[in-house]
Amino acid sequence: MKAYLILEDGTVFVGTSIGSGKSVMAEIVFNTSMTGYLEVLTDPSYAGQAVVMTYPLIGNYGVTPDMESERGWAKGYIVRELADTPSNFRCEGAVQEFLRQQDIAGIAGIDTRSLTKRLRDKGIMNGMITTDPSYDLEKVISDLKKYKITDAVGQVTCAGKYVVPAGTLASKDSLRVALLDLGEKRNIIRSLVKRGCEVTVYPAYSPAEEILTDKPDGIMLSNGPGDPKECTGIIREIRKLYAGKIPVFAICLGHQLMALANGARTYKLKYGHRGGNHPVKDMEDGRVYITSQNHGYAVDTQSMAPSVAKEAFVNVNDGTNEGFRYIGKNIFTVQFHPEASPGPMDTGYLFDRFIDMMRGE
Amino acid sequence: MPKKNEIKKVLVIGSGPIVIGQAAEFDYAGTQACRSLKEEGVEVVLLNSNPATIMTDSNIADHVYIEPLTAEVIEQLILKEKPDSVLPTLGGQAALNLAMELHDNGFLREHGVRLIGTTAETIKKAEDRQEFKQTMEKIGEPCAASMVVESIEEGLLFAGKIGYPVVLRPAYTLGGSGGGIAYNQTQMIEILGNGLRLSRVGQVLVERCIAGWKEIEYEVMRDGRGNCITVCNMENLDPVGVHTGDSIVVAPSQTLGDKEYQMLRSAALNIISELQITGGCNVQFALNPESFEYCVIEVNPRVSRSSALASKATGYPIAKVAAKIALGYTLDEIRNAVTEKTCACFEPMLDYCVVKIPRLPFDKFISAKHTLTTQMKATGEVMSICDNFEGALMKALRSLEQHVDSLMSYDYSCLMKEELLEKLQKVDDRRLWKIAEAIRRGVSYEAIHELTKIDIWFIDKIARLVKMEQTLKRKPLEEDLLREAKRMEFPDRVIAALAGTEEQAVRDMRRALGITASYKMVDTCAAEFEAKTPYYYSVYGSENEAERTEGKKKVLVLGSGPIRIGQGIEFDFCSVHCTWAFEKEGYETIIINNNPETVSTDFDIADKLYFEPLTPEDVESVADLEKPDAAVVQFGGQTAIKLTEALMKMGVPILGTSAENVDAAEDRKLFDEILSRCKIPRPSGGTVYTAGEAKEVAQKLGYPVLVRPSYVLGGQGMQIAVSDSDVDKFIGIINRTEQDHPILVDKYLQGKEIEVDAVCDGEDILIPGIMEHIERAGIHSGDSVSVYPARSISGQTKRTIEEYTGKLARALHIVGLINIQFIVCGEEVYVIEVNPRSSRTVPYISKVTGIPIVPLAVKVMNGKKLKRLGYTPGLQPEADYFAVKMPVFSFEKIRGAEISLGPEMKSTGECLGLAKSFEEALYKAFLGAGIRLPRNKNMIISVREEDKEEAAEIGRRFLKIGYKIYATKGTARALKEAGVEAEEVNKIEEGSPNLLDLILGHKIDLVIDTPRRGTEHSKDGFLIRRSAVETGVNVLTAIDTAKALIGSLENADQKNLTLVDIAQEIYCENENEML
Repeated sequence: MKAYLILEDGTVFVGTSIGSGKSVMAEIVFNTSMTGYLEVLTDPSYAGQAVVMTYPLIGNYGVTPDMESERGWAKGYIVRELADTPSNFRCEGAVQEFLRQQDIAGIAGIDTRSLTKRLRDKGIMNGMITTDPSYDLEKVISDLKKYKITDAVGQVTCAGKYVVPAGTLASKDSLRVALLDLGEKRNIIRSLVKRGCEVTVYPAYSPAEEILTDKPDGIMLSNGPGDPKECTGIIREIRKLYAGKIPVFAICLGHQLMALANGARTYKLKYGHRGGNHPVKDMEDGRVYITSQNHGYAVDTQSMAPSVAKEAFVNVNDGTNEGFRYIGKNIFTVQFHPEASPGPMDTGYLFDRFIDMMRGE
Repeated sequence: MPKKNEIKKVLVIGSGPIVIGQAAEFDYAGTQACRSLKEEGVEVVLLNSNPATIMTDSNIADHVYIEPLTAEVIEQLILKEKPDSVLPTLGGQAALNLAMELHDNGFLREHGVRLIGTTAETIKKAEDRQEFKQTMEKIGEPCAASMVVESIEEGLLFAGKIGYPVVLRPAYTLGGSGGGIAYNQTQMIEILGNGLRLSRVGQVLVERCIAGWKEIEYEVMRDGRGNCITVCNMENLDPVGVHTGDSIVVAPSQTLGDKEYQMLRSAALNIISELQITGGCNVQFALNPESFEYCVIEVNPRVSRSSALASKATGYPIAKVAAKIALGYTLDEIRNAVTEKTCACFEPMLDYCVVKIPRLPFDKFISAKHTLTTQMKATGEVMSICDNFEGALMKALRSLEQHVDSLMSYDYSCLMKEELLEKLQKVDDRRLWKIAEAIRRGVSYEAIHELTKIDIWFIDKIARLVKMEQTLKRKPLEEDLLREAKRMEFPDRVIAALAGTEEQAVRDMRRALGITASYKMVDTCAAEFEAKTPYYYSVYGSENEAERTEGKKKVLVLGSGPIRIGQGIEFDFCSVHCTWAFEKEGYETIIINNNPETVSTDFDIADKLYFEPLTPEDVESVADLEKPDAAVVQFGGQTAIKLTEALMKMGVPILGTSAENVDAAEDRKLFDEILSRCKIPRPSGGTVYTAGEAKEVAQKLGYPVLVRPSYVLGGQGMQIAVSDSDVDKFIGIINRTEQDHPILVDKYLQGKEIEVDAVCDGEDILIPGIMEHIERAGIHSGDSVSVYPARSISGQTKRTIEEYTGKLARALHIVGLINIQFIVCGEEVYVIEVNPRSSRTVPYISKVTGIPIVPLAVKVMNGKKLKRLGYTPGLQPEADYFAVKMPVFSFEKIRGAEISLGPEMKSTGECLGLAKSFEEALYKAFLGAGIRLPRNKNMIISVREEDKEEAAEIGRRFLKIGYKIYATKGTARALKEAGVEAEEVNKIEEGSPNLLDLILGHKIDLVIDTPRRGTEHSKDGFLIRRSAVETGVNVLTAIDTAKALIGSLENADQKNLTLVDIAQEIYCENENEML
């Protein structure tokens, strides 16, 4: 079946429908990872977005148990070519079936490079994926202009608090971590559990008091979707967490919200950072790490009061902020994804740093 | 300025002659590195014995030494040039081994010279099998169960413990020389024994066989601060068991999930960090396809063939960055030259698929086994880029120039199914076609996977190509089908054949429907950033990114494709120089080529690079887009020349010699007319199509005769026939591939062979020099030892040659280059071959004479006249130096290859000896070619009847310098009769102790064995020659070469060589103003 991708600027790409045949509107973003399509599809940070994979051959190893949440969150999926004979020892099926099961709309067979260049040059746009050839272009464009992702965090956060035990490494002095679920990727939990932590996951709108009275050894603020500025309620609660004494480690959206809670500003990047090859420099020792990234907004470093936080990491490509170390606090936050999945695991040591911090080392 | 400002003068060691396992990739790496060092203001001293390289140009390094690559030479060079540092990681294993030798013997420390790029400790940890294993154990990276053994007994014991099959890898050898898989004790004894002999340190690693696992490679970079990145990963289509150089390789990996990808990536980074490598490094893994289990196979602490491939596949200039790291820069301080925006500290992201296919030399070695093993056999490779795997594979196939353009090119339809399935288990160069046939027969993916261990994903892709063939055969050729076939990169010719129409009809239909190739950019970042580098590949069904540039005159330079025997790195040298020269003339330059190893496909050589097959259709697509003002075909060897006609049809004018005149040189009848008009004699002969006609001509001329196809390179298929049965056999071999042109049969004249390259501006000619071959006619010019200036012909003969060259060049209306080969018998001069193009000898003769032949040719193509350029036409005065070009062979790599020389070329590379005296030049050339004498002072002589007299004389001289001679019965008798002492030894069939025992017992330095002409070679001789080559004994199969060798041994020794800086002593006079 034919499918159409219509962009806000009126460009139409014609391809083949994959997955659900329904029409969806979404923000169109591109990801440059060459592997890890399942991790991308199931990353809650993509809620409300349709992802273009720049690598042209997707689905080669099929559906494997590499999910970052229980379901697919991307609203749409855009690829050059989707393998229908996947091959891998862990393969459980083809991506097409997964998309259908998850009701994710998709289009294949389009010139994804041309689309990516358009997004790069003009900035991220909204778009519609549809299988209906009788669309009214004028109307679609006007609808697209109005489309906005709202309450993204609310859509993806867990319904209630739950505990993930420390597993085989559990012991009397296992550290207890409170994870504020703003749209967490499972690998954050896995990274903590692997290090012997017991993780309690809190819904995004949990009051700070609830977390603080549980007296965790440390607090993690997860990644998540949407415009950070819209999360005013959560920012208020995070301000209270900041005021407390418990060590905090924040990733991506969590990092942005902590910055907002401290008076800094965030802004939308022209086309974001999504992929697994972004160099990030540790400002302390000058080392550069290759990181996994997925964000459309960034913190304006200039807007952060130097007395509050020091820039800890910088993106080597475009100089944007990649992390803060909060002065006088056991708090550090990063824009990138040390939990990887997908992408390089080079900054996994940051979880160890968090553990040390919780142990007061 | 270098970051470490104590680095001011660096010695860069090149990799020497092209051999299997060490090819043009090191010229590419070395050239890029030298330019990168010079950019930083470092004074560069370059040592490489290979004159055909670009790195040995005076504009690449400050001091250029084309001298043998031996420790003694480097020591002398260090004393002379006093560099503060040596950079050994860009010249392959050859350079690395030499650097280690100088480190181990304390020379470097004694003279305060440091190794940069990577330390000796690191090299040891990575290269020494035992240390490597210990290091891997320390950091928890798994290796296959293995043990380093130093004797066969030890090996057998260990193999008994871990069980067969086992993999054998000799330490410190090139391209896995002497390695292999042993399935049982007998094979173990054979392969291990051989490996122990070939290893520089007498060690072989015996390893658990993990054949069938996925073979995955990572190219990693690390700087002095510890920053690490992976440039690229690659997956071998052929599982573990086949050397990666002989495997079909894809980039990035296709069948790995992110978990597997990242697991191996992290392991690669762990390894490079533990080894503390600064620069580039290649890590090879075996990955169990049924689990996350993996093993580290090997680490190369240097740039390699794989890193050249990774550079071209991603656009990331590994060698350039490695050189900067050696100077102390960190990755984030180095700019990404492709985007010009980002830095070198990032990982390239591909938005396309890359396929590499090896170019194997079985067309040259028809007796050789086609089986592929852990011992590399490929001489070169091709790479292609497309947005789908099927397309990339199809493009790579036709880039090979082996008469293949689809999965139907080799026909296995006559095989029984059982036979076919049995053949599938054997890995050889044609397995892809057998898989395709199995799919046609309906064999299931699983069954094919079971037999081949190739991942189902790849088998499915091959099946898609087969399905497309079948659809094209069955269904009418309509728009959608045609679009899909082109998306998979089916060439028009194949589509036409399947659809039962003409190629032109397909082309017309495509044009009418607007189905044309688009070009996408290789930008290192999957379009995330705007890139400045115009490096393109074609796809169908996408938006075009390559913009036609206007303004400047535009020239299309056609490259020479994969490195193969007969068409080597020399033609890349010519292509690159031609590109630079056109740029100087104010042209915009466009290169089309498909060889990832070469300098010409580096992203900053031409204004634009199209990484494409060199077929008429692919070239036409580029021409349609770019509308070049002209094309130049003289410099890309036969590959480019073959495109002349097609370019004319496309309406692209050819610069220089016209197509009709190219034809006149190749067409026997036209050429004969020209010769008779010019009154130039040639050996009599005729053109034929069949064996019958050939025999008729041969009998008329009288045997021996020379039989060869026209329009070939490197004497492909050329043979000396001494009988009718020889003729039958040779014609049969030639006709195995379809011939568009007749076969030539000529009288074979045994005289001196002379060669000239000349530049002609249409009126005047310039001959830089006359080269003479040491071996008498009958041995291919590429396999002969060539001497400049010619020593043994008279002044009168030289004048005749000059006159003939002028007459021929004018008669053929040559504008540009011409190469002519002559035979001189007494004072008679015969023309045997004319090539209206650049030749193999152009780089060497340019370097020795200091005459920039390629830039001159480009200037005359642009209408300049030699006289106006300041040259006196005619034969130029002889240089003060003798230059000896020595062929280098890779026979030990090709099991079963006949090593005796003849009219068909067999050498893979060459080295140069340059000195004021002929003897020293010759000595240097032998040394450079790896002939290190003496060791044991024992030799074997076994010669044919007509060589016996000369053999006696040679034997006498070897005796005088202390050799003991063993000889076979006939030869021994001849020697004794001449009063030369020789010990008679049994032939092989006469039982032990015989010749073979001597050779295998490591007692022999040298074998002189001249086989009888024709096809009737004795099996004995073949066995002797093979055994000698495989045990590392020097073998000479021409009596003239032997004579030259003894002459050089009598007159020179390694301790007292004069090293010549060609950049300072020869080149600077003329070359610099031209470049």
